[in-house]
Amino acid sequence: MIEFRSVTKQFPDGTVAVREFSLVIPSRRITVLAGSSGSGKTTILRMINRMVDPSSGAIEIDGADISTLEPVRLRRGIGYVMQNSGLLPHRKVVDNIATVPLLRGEKRKDARARALDLMDTVGLDRALADRYPSQLSGGQQQRVGVARGLAVDPNILLMDEPFGAVDPLVRAELQQELLRLQHDLGKTVVFVTHDIDEAFLLGDQVVIFKPGGVVAQIGTPQQILAEPADEFVTRFVGADRGKRALHVRSEGGRDVVLDADGRPAGVLVGAAPTRDEAGAAAAAPGASAQGDRPR
Amino acid sequence: MTEWHSAFGWLLDPANWSGPGGIPVRIGEHLLYTLVTLVIAVVIAVPVGVAIGHTGKGRALAVQSSGVLRALPTLGVLLLLALWLGLGFGPPLIVMVLLGLPPLLAGAYAGIDAVDRATVDAARSIGMTGWQVLSKVELPLALPIIIGGIRSGCLQVIATWTVAAYLPLGGLGRFIYDGLAVQNYAEMLGASVLVILLALIADALFALVQRLVVPRGVVVGRASDVRVRSSKRLATTSESTAG
Ligand SMILES: Nc1ncnc2c1ncn2[C@@H]1O[C@H](COP(=O)(O)OP(=O)(O)OP(=O)(O)O)[C@@H](O)[C@H]1O
Ligand SMILES: [Mg+2]
Repeated sequence: MIEFRSVTKQFPDGTVAVREFSLVIPSRRITVLAGSSGSGKTTILRMINRMVDPSSGAIEIDGADISTLEPVRLRRGIGYVMQNSGLLPHRKVVDNIATVPLLRGEKRKDARARALDLMDTVGLDRALADRYPSQLSGGQQQRVGVARGLAVDPNILLMDEPFGAVDPLVRAELQQELLRLQHDLGKTVVFVTHDIDEAFLLGDQVVIFKPGGVVAQIGTPQQILAEPADEFVTRFVGADRGKRALHVRSEGGRDVVLDADGRPAGVLVGAAPTRDEAGAAAAAPGASAQGDRPR
Repeated sequence: MTEWHSAFGWLLDPANWSGPGGIPVRIGEHLLYTLVTLVIAVVIAVPVGVAIGHTGKGRALAVQSSGVLRALPTLGVLLLLALWLGLGFGPPLIVMVLLGLPPLLAGAYAGIDAVDRATVDAARSIGMTGWQVLSKVELPLALPIIIGGIRSGCLQVIATWTVAAYLPLGGLGRFIYDGLAVQNYAEMLGASVLVILLALIADALFALVQRLVVPRGVVVGRASDVRVRSSKRLATTSESTAG
């Protein structure tokens, strides 16, 4: 469990990135931070591995105040996937992935073998192992970043928009892979995204930020959809645009799910169409109908 | 034209290539002086410059003292120190080291400074210690620029040791001052040509080293690609010469 207790971060230039932030991040669950650009999501993530120290308030991991922990050891035990991949340009892909295990004194051969396994996990061709980051596409670099984050087999995984630069298909694959990993290995994941669909797909708990580092709402995706805390949340999750207010119309013998603008969002399969639970079994293209989650 | 003629005459005269004051001995002395100077200057300036680049502290002081050192009138300081400390190798060596420091210092901190902050931040955030960041990330990435600093320092030291032969010292400058004393312009010009050649060769060697230490994978126009291409070119030229 990671706990933020009224944490404030003011940078030396006066910017208040995080203001009186409190949150309990449960173990073995995925917590998603979503919200406007510049609302302090990255700062919050970096406070967990002490890349940023709070100006006031406290952060605890499993009851231990992290300000008493040695930063280097703390960081080596936490997987961190950076917003811009953060790979070392002078090291090959495989060496980038194996960096931390090698720092921890693992044998070269073992670390390398494991790095190659992880390349499979994140869907990277092993042929890329001996390339340098500059020879990869942005999406490939991000996946190397994810593999590096997993390399230490961390209990806590911090992921800062890790799938931002990959195409929708690979992105969907990686999202499923993350859900599977989290399900099988029970990692505590803190995940930052701009994409509300991704947030609802992955998050057991979702935190929505307003500009200025103010928390708009904390809850499960269901709670947020059912009872948006305010106007901002309503707009942010797209409920106002009718993107998630779906209804069903019979069309040539099949039940088609439509959004508020009358655009088709998917077809209804399985259960007999009932108006009040229209979203529940909709097979929508993309991720517009997230009522049921693959758990 | 006739001066050049006689200069090459002096250079080609076998008599000048033998004996204790011959050209090979003077070149040897010049190289030795340069090497000793560079080693001392590197030992002082590179760690200091790297520390400044790594910590970001002391930069203003380094820039200012480099400026002061650069502004020193070489010959004046040389004579002053010689008068003060007496003749010998020591005083000019001190002056040469002082003059060699600014480019080395600048190369070292500029090199570390040029490493992408995001890369350093990433290295720290996955759990590298300060030393590991320095030795495994900053130094390898900064090395080409650090070597570049040593390269320009080397040129300067080669040139200035020539001037230092105003004092009773060896090195190629000896020919120039001795020639001046007896108005032997052929000897002066010939020795100057040697100094220039020495500087050019040293510069070429450093340029080569500088290219070799560019880490593979660094996007100086995708260094690894460049290297693949040049080794291919080498291969084809050796083929064509063989065939
Ligand atoms: N080192 C710093 N010094 C000063 N201000 C900073 C620093 N880092 C971040 N900030 C400021 O703090 C605020 C929050 O930044 P942060 O990077 O946490 O936002 P974010 O929610 O991750 O944004 P994005 O979604 O665009 O990545 C921004 O206004 C930013 O300009
Ligand atoms: Mg961010």
